[in-house]
Amino acid sequence: MPTKLVVDCSTGVTTEVELTAEEIAQMEADAAAYAEQKAQEEAAAQAKAEAKAAAEAKLAALGLTADEIAALGK
Amino acid sequence: MANTYTAIATVTVGAGGASTIEFTSIPATYTDLYVLLSLRDNRASTSGDNVKVTFNSDTSSVYSYRLLYGDGSSAGSASGSSEAQTRIQYASADNQTASTFGSLNMYVPNYTSSNAKSISSEGASENNATEAYMGLTAGLWNPATQAAITSIKFAPYNGTNWKQYSTATLYGIKNS
Repeated sequence: MPTKLVVDCSTGVTTEVELTAEEIAQMEADAAAYAEQKAQEEAAAQAKAEAKAAAEAKLAALGLTADEIAALGK
Repeated sequence: MANTYTAIATVTVGAGGASTIEFTSIPATYTDLYVLLSLRDNRASTSGDNVKVTFNSDTSSVYSYRLLYGDGSSAGSASGSSEAQTRIQYASADNQTASTFGSLNMYVPNYTSSNAKSISSEGASENNATEAYMGLTAGLWNPATQAAITSIKFAPYNGTNWKQYSTATLYGIKNS
């Protein structure tokens, strides 16, 4: 059974407390939600990087040098 | 300028791990709070993990954060509002170098005030590889009814369990 540590600052006593079924369910739901959020953030970052690479390739095809393309981003 | 630090309490996670670490009954006799953390959790990742922070057992949507991070080759940022917790970074995760722990700190000024409570934090996960994360975070707890902070809970963001030998120490700071 998962446990949590509770430190009572008024006494200095640390207690190891078993999680309730509700707390376990919440913990698992939170972990799943975070994994989904992280996947969305990574997908968005990947899409942005791919769009940037595609734009740079099009500019290069138009004849811009690498330095000229880099200057556009500054 | 703070000139006194008092270690209020410290805790080390035992052999079975722990899903959360919580300081309760925090006395209102200080000006600010400061927490030093050495954390590793069971997330199966080489990217470390974020840490969820809640105050006074409040998990309503009254937290926000702004964070910056870097992994050794690139940098990024993220933000959130109306969250059920604020977050700090980075604890070490299970696929990072064995027996290493992320180092974090968190500062909470004016924790007994009747205004929203802000935090600032910095930390880095440990990983003997080219990829290792570090981050800076600013966070806010802004409940409808303001109250002094009497408890602080730390939970893994993506993992579910703090590993053995993770530690947390809570300091109280007085400005005179």
